[in-house]
Amino acid sequence: MTAETDVDPGPRHAASQTPVLQAKGLVKKYGRVVAIDGSDLELYPGEILAVIGDNGAGKSSLIKALSGALVPDSGEIFLDGRQVNFRTPMDARTAGIETVYQTLAVAPGLDIADNLFLGREQRKPGPLGSIFRMLDRGHMRSEAKRHMNELGVATLQNIGQAVESLSGGQRQAVAVARSAAFGSKVVILDEPTAALGVKEGNRVLQLIRDVRDRGLPVILISHNMPHVFEVADRIHIQRLGRRATVITPKSHSMSEAVAIMTGAAEPPPHSA
Amino acid sequence: MATATADFEVRRNDSLGLRLQHLLHANPIIGPLAVLLIAIIAFSIFSGRFLTATNLSLVLQQVTVIATLALGQTLIILTAGIDLSAGAIAVFSSILMATFCVDAGLPGFLALLLGLACGTAMGALNGFLVTRIKLPPFIVTLGTLTIFFSLNSVVSNSETVRGSDLPGLMTWTGQSIPIGNFRLTYGSIIMLLLFGFFFYALSRTAWGKHVYATGDDAEAARLAGIRTSRVLFSVYTVAGLLYAVGGWILIGRLASASPNVGVEYNLDSITAVVLGGTSLFGGRGAVLGTLVGALIVGVFRNGLQLGGVEVVWQGFAIGLLVLVAVSLDQWIRKVKT
Repeated sequence: MTAETDVDPGPRHAASQTPVLQAKGLVKKYGRVVAIDGSDLELYPGEILAVIGDNGAGKSSLIKALSGALVPDSGEIFLDGRQVNFRTPMDARTAGIETVYQTLAVAPGLDIADNLFLGREQRKPGPLGSIFRMLDRGHMRSEAKRHMNELGVATLQNIGQAVESLSGGQRQAVAVARSAAFGSKVVILDEPTAALGVKEGNRVLQLIRDVRDRGLPVILISHNMPHVFEVADRIHIQRLGRRATVITPKSHSMSEAVAIMTGAAEPPPHSA
Repeated sequence: MATATADFEVRRNDSLGLRLQHLLHANPIIGPLAVLLIAIIAFSIFSGRFLTATNLSLVLQQVTVIATLALGQTLIILTAGIDLSAGAIAVFSSILMATFCVDAGLPGFLALLLGLACGTAMGALNGFLVTRIKLPPFIVTLGTLTIFFSLNSVVSNSETVRGSDLPGLMTWTGQSIPIGNFRLTYGSIIMLLLFGFFFYALSRTAWGKHVYATGDDAEAARLAGIRTSRVLFSVYTVAGLLYAVGGWILIGRLASASPNVGVEYNLDSITAVVLGGTSLFGGRGAVLGTLVGALIVGVFRNGLQLGGVEVVWQGFAIGLLVLVAVSLDQWIRKVKT
């Protein structure tokens, strides 16, 4: 399939629609190694944007720049049309961008509620909280339960059980629930289905759809083409440190996407 | 998402060993408590003098300094670190307090505050080297251990200051309230209050959660928005303060400030932490376990002594206990979900 014959039935974004998150010309070099080389990205409201690319294509660096875990050498990032400069992951988080890292940023020894509120614990009202710094565990637990239920992760018996006692899929669910609970603008998921079984992987995919359907746009980084093609609205293909093109699951097939990703095929102009 | 997973079904079909593993994993305090109880029962059977109020108050007094140091050590080990300089900071702080009183002629209150400040600064130095220069805690504290002991000899001229030459506040920690035949020293009361305080701080405050998260997986904690360097620095600094308090209690216990004690305190504090079920790999454990661990050490030393076991074999027994405790920890960590 060539670009000219594309009939694109996928979602179209009118020029009038502002991207929620936009990156322009991001560059990051490590010594003489160029991790990202003028990379662009647009994420529109209410969509799942998959980011795919071969190893070393700069996916991780791109995502880290968007989530504040890495400061780009040059380039601009816009959130809701306003330029932002993230120096730390907390900056991005404060701005409303929540990221679930591939390494699963959970503390295995802490319980589900503690993990959900890790880094933004809530204290008790009044002097107990302000002077004695006492955490409002009851409130955090009920809130955690509510968030988990909202995303349909109600199978967890006990919100006070240690995360390490959960299965891989359930841990991922905790991480996704945290991002959905606190992300007000964007949720970024890095390889959320890697290392999961088929059943658990599908459950996490459903979780991702749920997050989108609640109105949060999602950036999904994944190597798993069937998963990408199952949930993504648009697919950003990263190659050699830049964006090669953006396609949709309807405009291109999986093998075409892989061909563009690996350089076997010329990238078509953006079809989405 | 409607289908529930089977992961949480009660493990009725597991073997007894597996269930025990899970029980200990969920309640790490059970192991140390069981060891302590068994030891107490065994020693009271072997020696009629063991379970007397006089002897038990002696055990508590012997344990107080180690427990205070082990409390600071627990904070550091929870972050997957180690502090070899705990005893050195405690002894050096006690010598500094005595020097401030005797040589500088400062009132006891001021000397105490200054001594505590110096201990805190020594802890902060460890914290600085760990978080800013990014050296492994083992190497950092090995270096500062040597430095503090050396400075300790320089400042004290290797001479002991008698308690009678010191202001009353310095030796106050050794005075006691009699409860029947049981004598509860003020030092022990301070130690117990500190354990209560840090039990609260670790389990009920955000700082405590961050200490655990940092020790569990520092990178994950950082990505979750925790400033792990700050947490680590605070832990080493607070530990320094606790060691200095331990030094103060030490003056009361010995009724003197001596530069020649405390070499064994470094390792004893680590022993107490490990026996208390806190994992050397970080992120797992609790201060109450450490208190039990320190009591185990004290009860073993005292009980074996009453039983006429020579000092050299007491060390053998404690060492064996440590190895068993660490092996147990490894086994519990391998818990399958």
